[in-house]
Amino acid sequence: MINQVFRLFILFTVFHTSIYAQTKDMVFIEGSRYIPLYGRDSTVVEVKDFEMDIYPVSNSDYLSFVKNNPKWEKSQVIALFADKSYLANWDLDLKPNPSINPQSPVNYVSWFAAKAYCECQDKRLPTVDEWEYVAMADETTKDARVKPEYNAQILAWYETPRTNEKVIGITPKNVWGVYDLHGLVWEWTQDFNSVLITGESRKDVDKDNTLFCGSASLNATDLMNYAAFMRYAIRGSLKAKYSMKNLGFRCVKDVKD
Amino acid sequence: MLLVSCNSSKKSDDVSAYQCPMQCEGEKMYSKPGTCSVCKMDLKLVEADSKVLNTDEISETSIFNLTSKWHTEENETIELTDLKGKTLVIVMIYTSCKAACPRLVADMRNIEAQIPKENLDKLNFVLISIDPENDTPERLKAFAIENYMNSGQWTFLQGTESGVREFANVLAMKYKQISPIDFSHSNIISVFNSKGELAHQQEGLGVDSKETVATILELTQN
Repeated sequence: MINQVFRLFILFTVFHTSIYAQTKDMVFIEGSRYIPLYGRDSTVVEVKDFEMDIYPVSNSDYLSFVKNNPKWEKSQVIALFADKSYLANWDLDLKPNPSINPQSPVNYVSWFAAKAYCECQDKRLPTVDEWEYVAMADETTKDARVKPEYNAQILAWYETPRTNEKVIGITPKNVWGVYDLHGLVWEWTQDFNSVLITGESRKDVDKDNTLFCGSASLNATDLMNYAAFMRYAIRGSLKAKYSMKNLGFRCVKDVKD
Repeated sequence: MLLVSCNSSKKSDDVSAYQCPMQCEGEKMYSKPGTCSVCKMDLKLVEADSKVLNTDEISETSIFNLTSKWHTEENETIELTDLKGKTLVIVMIYTSCKAACPRLVADMRNIEAQIPKENLDKLNFVLISIDPENDTPERLKAFAIENYMNSGQWTFLQGTESGVREFANVLAMKYKQISPIDFSHSNIISVFNSKGELAHQQEGLGVDSKETVATILELTQN
């Protein structure tokens, strides 16, 4: 009897993995409900199952994208989609500066460029809720936000200069099998600009200030989660055509039923 | 997989026109090179009909570079570039919105009321839904009728989720779905010239629309 159950279990495990036949270099993320720093009414949000790129997009990945899509070359990209600093560290259209490691995360890319890259592979950018969901894991726990050392480690990264020059996939992966959500670069999200404290105009000066000064943390669901708070603040200050030194991206994909 | 289209082919039948660089005779145009009859300076080549409206060239900052597809309230499928040629006044709303949107809609009608009739046919008021799932063409049409926005200069658009997000990013408009029928969003009315370049943005609710109206009048002048 026990044997049978065990066999069933094996069968189920095998079957289970075959349902979610994973895309190369992506891992399956089982959806759930959790409370992000800012969610719908600062309460529980639901994240559906999806697949996420194991690594952030590297310089070499991005170079091959640009080779196939000349409209995203440094000299061809239009002002609507990228500001002047787009690929600022590339010497020429198809030539990243030799000092750049091809295996470092790509940076100086706009939201439009990141979106086009993902769509080109039949993927998309993650939502803020999806990104934060996977990023709250450490090496052993899916929700490590309560661990003081989890926050301390991320904050230590925020204080370290030039982390964008590091190579992807060196630091330990998190419990989902995803590398480098923290430690190298910030990452674009699909709805990066969706955080509004009140729903009033973004010019509502008092409210905007609360995004950046400590008083706003009164609204936050988790006063301890200062690292996440900084990410939300950064996202709120971005525009889609901005390109920044410490901002890259990775893609996700919906799981087909 | 990405569309790499290079649609910068220039119309060959563009008529060239010449004008005095000092504009001694105002906007007067000559069809041939020569000298100004007042100040005798050489006439300068100017782009034909620079105020109008149907050149194929779009600039880098034009919203007509976006290739997303949209449904109108009449259930036609269009791209933004199909709106080329008219001054555009664009706002993003959703029809189930109870708080800010009715005021935004009122602001739009207020602006319309301040535009002389003869300018209106060079103008298109575009309302883009941030709730593409619920705001179907039928629903948008009903909303248009309900709000007396059913005449020719009003256009309502339903996009895809990604098309809407992209367009909001172009406007630097922020929104987030906070429940299945409710969004928080910033309130921005944007004016684009006939080539799709941003000319003015007005932020907030019930604000003084003087500058918006002035921009529209300037863009819709003959």
